[in-house]
Parts: sequence; C-alpha cells; structure tokens
Amino acid sequence: MIALLLRDLRLAIRAGGGFGLGLAFFLIVVVLVPFGVGPETALLSRIAPGILWVASLLAALLSLDRIFALDYEDGSLALLATSPLPLEGAALMKALAHWVTTGLPLTLVAPALGFLLSLAPEAYAYLLISLLIGTPALSMIGTFGAALTVGLRRGGLLLSLLVLPLYVPTLIFGAEAVRRGAEGLDPTGALMLMAGITAGSFALLPFATAAVLRINLR
Amino acid sequence: MSMWEYANPKKFMGWTRPVLPWTFAIAGLCLVIGLIWGFFFTPDDFRQGSTVKIIYLHVPSALMAINAWIMMLVASLIWVVRRHHVSALAARAAAPVGVVFTLIALFTGGIWGQPMWGTYWAWDPRLTSFLILFLFYLGYIALWEAIEDPDTAADLTSVLCMVGSVFAILSRYAVLFWNQGLHQGASLSLDKEENVADVFWYPLLVCIAGFVLLFVALVLMRTRTEIRARRIRALEARARRA
Repeated sequence: MIALLLRDLRLAIRAGGGFGLGLAFFLIVVVLVPFGVGPETALLSRIAPGILWVASLLAALLSLDRIFALDYEDGSLALLATSPLPLEGAALMKALAHWVTTGLPLTLVAPALGFLLSLAPEAYAYLLISLLIGTPALSMIGTFGAALTVGLRRGGLLLSLLVLPLYVPTLIFGAEAVRRGAEGLDPTGALMLMAGITAGSFALLPFATAAVLRINLR
Repeated sequence: MSMWEYANPKKFMGWTRPVLPWTFAIAGLCLVIGLIWGFFFTPDDFRQGSTVKIIYLHVPSALMAINAWIMMLVASLIWVVRRHHVSALAARAAAPVGVVFTLIALFTGGIWGQPMWGTYWAWDPRLTSFLILFLFYLGYIALWEAIEDPDTAADLTSVLCMVGSVFAILSRYAVLFWNQGLHQGASLSLDKEENVADVFWYPLLVCIAGFVLLFVALVLMRTRTEIRARRIRALEARARRA
C-alpha cells in the first residue's frame, strides 16, 4: 500500500502539470475575485472564507479525473485489481495520494492568499485547520466520483456534475467554521461536524469506490 | 409463488397492462376532485388570502419529489441484491418524474413566496435542500445517459443512488446548521396538533392520493417503455447477427 502511495506521488510530481496546476488555478481564482467584486477591503474580508473554500474545492475538482484515467488507459488499474492488495486499500491510497498532491499544498498556500483577500486575522488558524480537516474528504469523495466515470470518454464534465452536490456538506461546514472564526464566534461545532464527514467518508467510501471500479473493469 | 414472480419482465408486462389505465383514471379522478374542491370550495385563509390554495400543488409534489428518490433507492437496492432487471429500469424510469415533481415544488413555492415572503427565493434550509435534491437527480440521470452498457449503467447508478442518499441527508442537516429558516414547519405530521385546519386537510389528502397514484402510473408506464425499448434492442442485435 505504501509502495502504491509512493508510486502515485512520484508520478504526480514527475509527470509535471498535475501537481502545480491545481495550485495555480487556486491562485488565479482568488486573484480574479477582487476584480469581479471590487477592491473594498471590508467586503473582501467578509466574503474571504467562502471564496477561499470554493476556490480550493474547484482546484481539488480540477485534478480528479487524473486519479484513475491514466491507470485505466495503460492497464495498470486492471493489474491493481488482480493484485493481492484489496482494491479498497488501493482506492484509499489513491485518495491519499490525491490529497497529498492537491489538498495539502492548497491548505499550506491558503493563508498566504488570505492576505490578498484581507481575511480577518483571527481566522487564519481556523482556515488552516478547516482546510486540513476538510480537504481529505474532498479527495475521498472525488476518488469515488472518478471511479464512477473512469470508463467514459466524456467523463470530465459528468464527474463535476456528480461530485459537486456531494461536496455541499463539506463546503458548508468548512466555510462556516472559518466565518465563525473570523467573527470571533466558537467554530468548534462546525469543525467537529466536518471531521465527522471526513472520517465517515474515509471509513465507507473506499468500499463504494472499489465496488464501482470492479463494475467498470468487468 | 412469491412476490418476486411479478418482477419477471413478461409477468410485469402482463399485470401492468390492465392495471395501468385504472391507475391513471383514479389518479385523474383524485386530482380533479381534490383540486376543484381545494380551489373553489374551501374558504380563503385568514391571513394568506387565496394564495393558500397553492398548497394543493406544492405539498403533494414536494412529498412525491422525496418519495420518488426513496423509491429509486429501494429499487436500486433490489437491483444490487436480487438483480431484477425490471427494478433497475423502474429506478431509471422514476428519476425524470422525480425531477418534474421537484421543479413543480420549487416553482409553486416561489410563486407563493413572492406575495407572502416578498421574495421568490431565499436561501432557506428547506428550499436549499430541494435545490440540492434537484442536482442529485440531474447527476443520476446524466450517469444513466452516459453509459452504453445497460447492466454497467444499472450497477453504477445504483451505487451512486445509495451514496447520494447518504449525502442528500447530510446536506439536509448541514443547511439547517448553516441558515435558520423562513419556511414553516411540517403542515402534515401524523400528530394532528400542528396540522392545517380540517377544511384544507381533506382536499389536501385527496390531492396527495392523486399525486401518489399519478407517480405510480407514470413510473409503470415509463418502465413498460424501457422494457419495450430493451426488447427492440435485443431484436435488432439478433437481426444483425442473422
């Protein structure tokens, strides 16, 4: 399992594009927002938690179809399915690799972009924590979506249609935690609920993902 | 002789043929009686005036929008466990009907909301969760359309329906956390304390019966169409081979 994780990480970093693309997209979305809504600091700092969360969600979405597509095309997914490693474990590792290459860098970069949107100073810690807890759920749910659409030729657009509604609870709790942090309220409730979603996704979705992969490889 | 016998496609076609016109007829009768009774023979509400009468469309369609998804979930589970093709086709047939009910609920709600709340749309938990339900329906239908092999499509959409159900419930409670509501509470719970007054209640029950039967009739008809379409495809495949 560790070997699979390392292989995916190496592929993501060396193949170029996949690794930096999500980050660059995140940066561009955050930079574009002030052009759209105007440069007023008060307005920007009010909408900053939501913008940062929506932008990181879209950046995570961008790289989802790469999770299984390449392995499916060159046949290594079929090899994975017949290997002694249970497919559920492979799905879990794929999600983890996706998180390490997109969710983790996004989390680390987000506070820097918070400056651009003049996020309230109290909110930085909560932004970091909420992204750290929430982005693994985005990766796991996205891995399930990628497994659903792996065999399809025009799967990319369909993937976003399937995955975005599934992202709703994570987004609500994530942005709400940062907003409460920015306003000086107690964000623990939102953070706990989001941690629950992440834990639940990681406990259950690998099974759904593996079932779907078996159907698609049939 | 078990109930699963009726899920055999040939048997299904056999028993639905006589049942279908009756279901349509009773559904139509219920809707005509319920709507005319509701629209013309109930008093205007004390505060809401005549706008209250949209309840006869809004509540039953909202109810059926959720029940259609539950029916799809049950049909998907039956397909996954017992692999009855009719079950998968019924789930597929129910989805567009559910979408239309969701849209009716959203539109009638907006039409009622404009004079009553002063807005067609508010980000209220109930309204928002219906919009999310609508998105789930769209994704489900799109996945059915995108996959060519019918058995693969049935399998994948069943899994999507199950995972989607969990997330739909999560979203339902997440939006409660996110925003406090404008929408009133349940008008139709079984303990009669908080229900609407009896004058509105009886025609509403007739309307709900009408909507349920209409849903059953539409799903049966669409399932019959799907079975016929699949038979035609099988015949064409055989003709090409011959």
